[in-house]
Amino acid sequence: MTTDSSLWQPSASLDNLRLRAETLKQIRDFFDECGVLEVQTPVLGRAGSTDVYLNSLQSHCCGGGVSEPLDLYLQTSPEFHMKRLLAAGSGPIWQLAVSFRNGEYSARHNPEFAMLEWYQPGYDLNDLMAEVQALIEEVLGVSAFSCRSYRSLFRDLLALDPFRAELSQLQQLCHDKTGIDADALDRDACCDLLMSACIEPHLGQDEISFVTDYPASQAALAKLHQDDEGDTVAARFECYYRGIELANGYHELTDAREQAVRFAEDNRQRAAQGLPEVTVDQHLVAALESGMPECAGVALGFDRLLMLKAGAERLSDVISFSIDRA
Amino acid sequence: MANYSTNEFKSGLKVMLEGDPCSILENEYVKPGKGQAFNRVKLRNLNTGRVWERTFKSGESLEGADVMEYDMEYLYTDGEFWYFMTTDDTFEQYPADEKAVGDTVKWLKEQEKYTVTLFNDAPISVTPPNFIVLEVTETDPGLKGDTAQGGSKPATLATGAVVRVPLFVNIGDNLKIDTRTGDYVSRA
Repeated sequence: MTTDSSLWQPSASLDNLRLRAETLKQIRDFFDECGVLEVQTPVLGRAGSTDVYLNSLQSHCCGGGVSEPLDLYLQTSPEFHMKRLLAAGSGPIWQLAVSFRNGEYSARHNPEFAMLEWYQPGYDLNDLMAEVQALIEEVLGVSAFSCRSYRSLFRDLLALDPFRAELSQLQQLCHDKTGIDADALDRDACCDLLMSACIEPHLGQDEISFVTDYPASQAALAKLHQDDEGDTVAARFECYYRGIELANGYHELTDAREQAVRFAEDNRQRAAQGLPEVTVDQHLVAALESGMPECAGVALGFDRLLMLKAGAERLSDVISFSIDRA
Repeated sequence: MANYSTNEFKSGLKVMLEGDPCSILENEYVKPGKGQAFNRVKLRNLNTGRVWERTFKSGESLEGADVMEYDMEYLYTDGEFWYFMTTDDTFEQYPADEKAVGDTVKWLKEQEKYTVTLFNDAPISVTPPNFIVLEVTETDPGLKGDTAQGGSKPATLATGAVVRVPLFVNIGDNLKIDTRTGDYVSRA
């Protein structure tokens, strides 16, 4: 336990902070060479992420020149604002965005963190995965990579098809593998648990590992498509290295109506679970209505990338002041 | 007892799980970027001493366990129970059975202080002090002058414990023993 008298000191070593500065410069050069525009979007927004499993921090803005008090959400990612820029014709954009997720605190989480997010109009998932791979190669010096579908990983490591298995089979496996009382878990919860407990630790041990074709129910803001076995899956990828989830990419949903439906569905699920409803971003829906270019986008945990580069065990080793001493 | 949510699970917290009191050892928060959060928890079952690994949905809760640790003095045994007494003003006596005393039986010395863990007011475990001084009751005769050289021999202590001691140790000597390892430390 750190004594109180040493809590004024940074949680990261000065060497790691230098590494952070160098890496940021590398990334800036990378996007500069690709002709991607660096942008900055608000940390505070009038709307938040409706995602059922993301909890937003909120802030209250009032007084002074603010005639009507505002409840503002600290953004869980810069996604909505960046998509509005895309719809406004920005072309390819990137940014390193300070993002906030309430309650997320562990060796690999900090409630405030740095998200490296970028969007490429005209790209599909394969184009974007190639670019993510190039960026990671630039920063970590790893060139080997693999790409597997979500379903094939479950089949190989757990001998089970996550799309076709009975719920009771998934629950039984969750119980056997982790000791959880699985009776109340739904399909997605079972899959999430099996993924984090049994599959993730094996991913990306010697190479950058991409996972594609997630269950449609886990599409979030990705398009849906048919996989080669005829099941509807999400056009989404996750990228892992050394068992750590690094990035999450989508072939982005551009259909305004579908977007509005997913927002409403999220809030319906939130209400059912006793979670607060979140103000829906009508500006994003309007932006999609006006026409957002077909594009792919990805969010990459910059602090986690640094953790891997520095060979650090904890996220706090690469953040100047982690939440326990912020 | 109060209920504790997964985010309150800290090392040392005592909770009930499957009818047994447990002490939390580790609590790891696991969450995919887009997905549900879980806590992977290691707990020690205080009845059996066994370590359990269990996963909970984040936000689930467990009932606290009425487990308290007290410093108590060892009094005597009647063959079935070992009697301990609190050292504060109450002088309350608690009988601990064979299961609760466990391996500590070989370190039990009258008037010595032990940590006694009570669950629902009954002893479930007894922990000896890290170091204890005990008299040698049986060992081969000591080798005069051999105070520095290596070599060891078994010695039986007043409590019945058998430890390896240096060759110069004699019957009647008081020895300081590390109860965690059972190693001889020094002559007392």
